[in-house]
Amino acid sequence: MNLRRIMMVLIFACTTILAGCQPLKVLDPKGPQARTTANVIWISIGTMAVVVLVVIAMFAYLIIKYRASKQEEDYEPPHIEGSLKLELIWTAIPVVIVAFLSVVTIISTFKVEDVPEGYSKEPLVIYASSSNWKWHFSYPNEDIETVNYLYIPTDRPVQFKLYSYGPISSFWIPQLGGQKYAMADMVNTLNLAADVPGEYSGRNANFTGEGFAEQTFSVNAVSPQEYTDWVEEVKTTADVLTKEKFGELLQPGHLGQSTFKGTHLTFSPPPENHQMGEKSTEKMDTDMNEMNMGDMEDMDHSNMSQ
Amino acid sequence: MKIDQTLPLEYSTEQNRLNILGFWIFLGAEIALFGTLFASYFTLVNRTGSGPTAAEIFEIMPVIIETVLLLISSFTIGLGIHAMRLGRKRAMLIFFGSTLLLGLSFLAVEIYDFIVYIHEGATLQTSGFTAILFTLLGTHGAHIIFGLFWGLLIMYQIIKNGLTPETTNKAFIFSLYWHFLDVIWIFIFSFVFLKGMM
Amino acid sequence: MNFFDRFAVPNPSITIYASMIAIALTVIAIIAGLTYFKKWQYVWSEWLTTVDHKRIGIMYLISALIMLFRGGADAIMMRAQTAVPDNTLLGAKEYNEIFTTHGVVMIIFMAMAFIMALMNFAIPLQIGARDVAFPRLNALSYWLYFFGAMLFNISFVIGGSPDSGWSSYFPLAGTDFSQSVGTNYYMLALQISGLGTLLTGINFITTILKMRAPGMTLMKMPMFVWSALVTNFIIVFAFPVLTVALAMGTMDRLFGTNFFTTENGGMDMLWANLFWVWGHPEVYILILPAFGIYSEIISTFARRNLYGYKSMVISMVAISLLSFLVWVHHFFTMGQGALVNSIFSVTTMVIAVPTGIKIFNWLFTLRKGKIEFTVPMLYTLGFIPIFTIGGVTGVMLAMASADYQYHNTMFLVAHFHLVIIPGVVFAMIAGLTYWWPKMFGFMLNERIGKWAFWFIAIGVCVTFFPMFISGLNGQARRMYTYSESTGFGIWNMISFVGALGLLVGFILIVYNIYYSTRYSPRNIPGDPWDARSLEWATPTPVPEYNFAVIPHVDSSEAFWDYKKKGYQLFRDPVQSIHMPNNSGLPIIIGAGFFVWGFAFVFGIWPVVILSTLFIFGCLAYRSLEKDHGHYIPVSDIEIDEQGGSVQ
Repeated sequence: MNLRRIMMVLIFACTTILAGCQPLKVLDPKGPQARTTANVIWISIGTMAVVVLVVIAMFAYLIIKYRASKQEEDYEPPHIEGSLKLELIWTAIPVVIVAFLSVVTIISTFKVEDVPEGYSKEPLVIYASSSNWKWHFSYPNEDIETVNYLYIPTDRPVQFKLYSYGPISSFWIPQLGGQKYAMADMVNTLNLAADVPGEYSGRNANFTGEGFAEQTFSVNAVSPQEYTDWVEEVKTTADVLTKEKFGELLQPGHLGQSTFKGTHLTFSPPPENHQMGEKSTEKMDTDMNEMNMGDMEDMDHSNMSQ
Repeated sequence: MKIDQTLPLEYSTEQNRLNILGFWIFLGAEIALFGTLFASYFTLVNRTGSGPTAAEIFEIMPVIIETVLLLISSFTIGLGIHAMRLGRKRAMLIFFGSTLLLGLSFLAVEIYDFIVYIHEGATLQTSGFTAILFTLLGTHGAHIIFGLFWGLLIMYQIIKNGLTPETTNKAFIFSLYWHFLDVIWIFIFSFVFLKGMM
Repeated sequence: MNFFDRFAVPNPSITIYASMIAIALTVIAIIAGLTYFKKWQYVWSEWLTTVDHKRIGIMYLISALIMLFRGGADAIMMRAQTAVPDNTLLGAKEYNEIFTTHGVVMIIFMAMAFIMALMNFAIPLQIGARDVAFPRLNALSYWLYFFGAMLFNISFVIGGSPDSGWSSYFPLAGTDFSQSVGTNYYMLALQISGLGTLLTGINFITTILKMRAPGMTLMKMPMFVWSALVTNFIIVFAFPVLTVALAMGTMDRLFGTNFFTTENGGMDMLWANLFWVWGHPEVYILILPAFGIYSEIISTFARRNLYGYKSMVISMVAISLLSFLVWVHHFFTMGQGALVNSIFSVTTMVIAVPTGIKIFNWLFTLRKGKIEFTVPMLYTLGFIPIFTIGGVTGVMLAMASADYQYHNTMFLVAHFHLVIIPGVVFAMIAGLTYWWPKMFGFMLNERIGKWAFWFIAIGVCVTFFPMFISGLNGQARRMYTYSESTGFGIWNMISFVGALGLLVGFILIVYNIYYSTRYSPRNIPGDPWDARSLEWATPTPVPEYNFAVIPHVDSSEAFWDYKKKGYQLFRDPVQSIHMPNNSGLPIIIGAGFFVWGFAFVFGIWPVVILSTLFIFGCLAYRSLEKDHGHYIPVSDIEIDEQGGSVQ
């Protein structure tokens, strides 16, 4: 009883504090992908709140009604084996809930994995690579590179190509969309877009060692015009990124933000082109990935059939 | 110790029956172990880096010899258990001895195989593929080595104590182990070597 | 590197030196104490060499409690460090070591050991057996666990603790990014204790399948026995995966192989897959026995038989099968694409169905019952709402698209603590309190126990609910600090306060043990809770052989029906009892593994080879040893039984 009351107070307190605060980043989307996930989260919170309330209500009713102190001294609880009907009911209801959430999940997962719809422009491709403990952003078409900050145009899809010069990192801009891993032996693709101009925080979300906590970057979503101006400005003012300079940047440590002309893609290409030696091709790399999953399932069946 | 005369000697006591069931469960765990190794092998088989590929280093002859040796050893240990059930201690020891000798020959050919691989530039450290190849074969080979010592110990006990519920139980369990290693080898032969050479 | 340099701690600090001294003093105190009170003989012959499942259970229990406090100290330090923004209490390196050891210690060395403790103690009693199928192997399991835990814990003072997270993802855990020997310790300590766990799995499956009392069919087993059976099957098929992964990781680190490296064809994703193929079933290895314990306690204190016994069993089997089909949900963000993620989302969410069935069955067990709020029952009742909240957030996390936002954040941390703590830790404390009188012959104090419960139950909520919010606000897990502008400060401060509440609760439990040991009345009856299963048919304290006469069972609540309906449990005459002899070999082999593991960590190969030979030598010795156990004559049994509550 006591517990329930305290939990109520707690939930109440939380919501009050929440109301007074900034909206939570994940639930304050600034682009289509983050909006989709925020909606999914709200749907799931709603559904789950119903489940929790039903369980807690039943629980409270039962422990109050059937507590020993309210019963006759000589009351002998009956022997009840169970009831097929009731048990089927509480199998069926979760099945319905899970089916509903599965549909929501499948639709939304395909949606956020894909290039966001409704934009006339082609996606802007940015190669985002992590190294301990920094993010390098290469704009191959603009031929510029930045460290620890991004400029992206609003109202245009952005396609990030993610890989790592070190441990597995996770690229995350909470207000624009979910995470994806940047790894050393494959390139992942993450599709985002920003609708509202502003400065958003991004970070590596996957633990990478000592400097992990500060492995952050900022995202400036600006109007297409401002974006073009920024690119032009970088091209005229920034230093050229040389192989030596890039080698220095890769050294473990923290750096502020910096900007370069040219990208490291020319002399230090992403994994799909160089990782597996002469014998392999880009296609094989992706094949391997799929195969990995398939094999794991096989193995699992072999486990289970025993 | 209650001995049930209606059952074969290796099943005749409560503890013996427990031992055999326990060992079957252990073999279940071994299947999971080798299953994981096989899954990892299939994942890494094409990840050869700058090292040689499977097709470049595998040779059919030694592998066939190994397979034949191990298959025969599985047959002889079966005969050994049959002799044991008939209470023919000498015949059983001869069959067990042949099994272990065949196992030893298998091991010799496998070591020869390893030396060939290393000469062709495929060492444990060369690539993801070679690492898992040596680990998978090595795990099987280590099981065989362990089996050789185990088998010797059981033969020694049978020579010393005769065919008792205890010794026959150990011998029977050993035969399960040996058959199991044979089955694993068939998988290695088919899915590592034959597939790799195709 | 100089040979001796490797043994130094890489990030020494005052705390570490202080702990070194504390450890040394404790060891000296224990040795001196045992010598002074002339207890060596007693400890060796009654405990260290014992093969009695009850004593092995108690040794697991003590180890688990010690590990609970080690892991709890880590937790308090983490919450203290993150309580305020830009805190400098701990550095990043220390924080990384602390959260890594917190995870490993709590999962592998605390929760697993606690489950082993309760399974060891209760299972043979509940099925009416005199011991497990392989008593010596059982002792070996314990000592492998014990020395694995020791090996892991000395990393703190010799060579440095692991610091790449309890999931130890490569390449971070590879030698390129993790130079200290910490991760070697992780690999080898888990390998050794994992072997012990696997042996337990084999032992208990055999025990449960073959050694049940006559009449106890599978569908008449107490629910805890069912849960243990299912759990041990998961152990047998999941732990070999860990064995292989750890062996590969060890080879990568010590022999320069390329399993999980980023060059020469290595594949870092393979580690993640293998780790979670073991890791997800592992959480069900923890939770299913807890479900079993709750089932026992809820029907004992609702004074009713368990509702829906069959669907309870079916749902546990379903959970165990599904547990092998969901591992990808630990890395939806690895880029396997929408289709694969969708499939694993669905398999994960499906687990909610059997879990829901169990929750409703427990609720309906309460219906028409006569609920007594004892301490074990309080934990069981506290479990239902908190676990439901933790569980539904698990369904939320299972939705791949949303998981892209929850992954690696405090939301996830909140979720798994809110399932593991009410799910496992509550069950452990409940089970401990429930079986305590059977273990030690006196009850734990109810009043102190209730205080502890409220501190812990409220502490859990206060500690972990705020993490949902900071997670949704973008706080990644494993960050040693954050800036004030992030706004995470308030939530982390609330968490810290909650963690202090938990600390008070656990201290109260220890105080309760001390208090009850001193003041609780002895001479309690064999069945102090008026319970339902066979373990309560034994006298307290339980004799070495458990049952003077093996009981006959006619129903799923044999002891209850014996009390209420007059079913006859003990029908056979007393006969002499065969029991196994104690053996020093298990602890000696365990110590051999410790030396082997330690030498392996530092790559001292001659010692590795010698200790390997030593271990195999011990096994050969065991095989040749003639030891047929001993018989307890009828005369001794009858003397023992005088004053027993039954017969």
